[in-house]
Amino acid sequence: MSATPVLALRGVSKRFGAVQALTDVELEIHAGEVVALVGDNGAGKSTLVKTIAGVHPIDEGVTEWEGKPVSIARPHDAQALGIATVYQDLALCDNLDVVQNLFLGREIRRFGVLDEVEMEKRARELLHTLSIRIPSVRIPIASLSGGQRQVVAIARSLIGEPKLVILDEPTAALGVEQTAQVLDLVERLRDRGLAVILISHNMVDVKAVADQVAVLRLGRNNGVFPVGTTTQEEIISAITGATDNAVTRRKARSAEGEK
Amino acid sequence: MSNPEIGNTEPRETVPGQRAGQEAALTKSTPAATPTDDAVAAPAAAAAAIVAVDPRLLVREEGLKGYLTEFGRRMRSGDLGSVPVVAALIIIWIVFGLLNSSFLSANNFATIAQDIVGTGLIALGVVFVLLLGEIDLSVSYVGGVAGAVFAVLAVNHGMSGGLALVLGILTGTVLGFVHGFFFAKVGVPAFVVTLAGFLAWNGLMLQVLGQHGTINLPANGVLYQMYNYTFEDVGAAYGLALIGTVLYLVFALLEAAKRRKANIPSRPLADIIVKTAALAILAFVAAYVLNQNSGLPLDLLIFLVLVVGWDLVLRRTSYGRKVFAVGGGIEAARRAGINVAKVRISVFMISGTMAAIGGMFLAGQVNSAQSTQGGGNTLMNAIAAAVIGGTSLFGGRGKTWSALLGALVIVSIQQGLYILNLGTAIQYMVTGAVLLAAVVVDSISRRTQQAAGRA
Repeated sequence: MSATPVLALRGVSKRFGAVQALTDVELEIHAGEVVALVGDNGAGKSTLVKTIAGVHPIDEGVTEWEGKPVSIARPHDAQALGIATVYQDLALCDNLDVVQNLFLGREIRRFGVLDEVEMEKRARELLHTLSIRIPSVRIPIASLSGGQRQVVAIARSLIGEPKLVILDEPTAALGVEQTAQVLDLVERLRDRGLAVILISHNMVDVKAVADQVAVLRLGRNNGVFPVGTTTQEEIISAITGATDNAVTRRKARSAEGEK
Repeated sequence: MSNPEIGNTEPRETVPGQRAGQEAALTKSTPAATPTDDAVAAPAAAAAAIVAVDPRLLVREEGLKGYLTEFGRRMRSGDLGSVPVVAALIIIWIVFGLLNSSFLSANNFATIAQDIVGTGLIALGVVFVLLLGEIDLSVSYVGGVAGAVFAVLAVNHGMSGGLALVLGILTGTVLGFVHGFFFAKVGVPAFVVTLAGFLAWNGLMLQVLGQHGTINLPANGVLYQMYNYTFEDVGAAYGLALIGTVLYLVFALLEAAKRRKANIPSRPLADIIVKTAALAILAFVAAYVLNQNSGLPLDLLIFLVLVVGWDLVLRRTSYGRKVFAVGGGIEAARRAGINVAKVRISVFMISGTMAAIGGMFLAGQVNSAQSTQGGGNTLMNAIAAAVIGGTSLFGGRGKTWSALLGALVIVSIQQGLYILNLGTAIQYMVTGAVLLAAVVVDSISRRTQQAAGRA
């Protein structure tokens, strides 16, 4: 694991009117690491992801990319850095077909003209290597089922050769086989040296593929746990805030010791 | 945090409709295959490992029968394309032809061919705005301002015709930018911005024209030539028809060959031949009719070149792809890294530019810049032409060809009622009814498309 995190958030805050969605959130992701971001509904997971992706600019705090502070004001900035995001609400254009959606914003051109043949060829290859089966790559997204749209959305995030992939509940709408495929896909991304942020409510999925689990509660950090040495109960209690746990106690103790 | 319900329920709603549509179509096209047969066959197909084509996909049969079933399936799923407008055009021509046989004369069609240009060019810009799901109500007076600027520069200031023409057209581009800026950057609804423009540019046009109100353009000036010049050689019209057909055939064959080489599905040869033959018949009949009169009008040639050019921009460039993406889903487009504001501003600039070019031809038609230019039904005709031609008011669906087809419908009605000696009262009512019919078709086809999982 590299010493410098690919992405580090330091003291990030975000307000929406009267709602303090995020308060002083810290997060570090290294290359070749899968960090699961968990928390209850309304804990701020999606907001955090959107700040990283540039959909909502942050109000306070610093975003560091490969050790250097950067400002991500627009989705374009995030894309330029190498951050690809697959959203929970899928964000595909219904009126465009699969190929057009896969390459949207990154079209392959030859002499200034779209190279549809090359795009369709690459789209087929990509879907094939990911074992994704859809009726045709030339039908509008509107004709696909929810699961099919999800795999298309994930496939799309890989086209720009990103360094960090953010998956916002990628398995929520999927069947058993597709979920397995997506989890395989996550591991393949890690093996290729990419950093992955995985948002999920499903603890089994999280334990299966994640290296670290970062817990958010009411817009604040509530501990980062290594998956290998943490039980599911500990994570869940951090999510719900039902009890304090060993990690938070030790932190509190060391903080007191410093004083 | 975004609402999880939205992301999860939306696909579920479309799935049953889509399945039902597919099964209905499946049972219709292949009566032997009942849904149970399909269910039994599906796991077997899945077990056959990596299949490139999903077994549920309806594959078009070869030959004419496949053509007809495919056509029927598209119609049922609400993907009507240009069918309603072509049908409407044929009905209009038959009705007026029966009422007065001189409607079907070559002379009358030549008049129609020339008269569609002004309205059609403005409608071409409106198509772009409609693709975004927005509206531009100012196009008529943007054209008026452009005509006035041209007249003042060319007549009152003695500027050369070509330069005045370019400056007049650029005026339209600038006015379009103003609309786009207030819409995209300030966030005022396009409806209100362009309604304000409708009033303001009317005033600006009157201001530019000054006290006289009407500036007559010199006979044989640039605009007069642009509107009235005709290639009288019969070779011009036939040549254009031939070039168009050959280019279509060559590019279709090249595309098919390239796709076959890349090992992805390509259009069958029969399909290309049928479409090329249809295009050839249409083009040569049109050329023959024009040659029966006086030949190929220059303004029609300019219009056709612009329709084809913008069509290529929309379908073959990443800019066109962005326009469709913004029209299909603003949030999705934004997250794909598309600069939505830039696309919106540029589309309004295209609309302003095309309105200016159209305004030039409308001024050329009367060979003067008049204080009444852009008034009356200019605006409604242009928007109606785009909608009647099949461009959806809901955004994300449309072609530049709809400007041509819609303008043909509107001008045919105008011309037919003129021949029958019916006044503007009837003409407005009929055009209004046709526009309503077009919007009804658009709305119903959109509903059907949603039910069939295609919208």
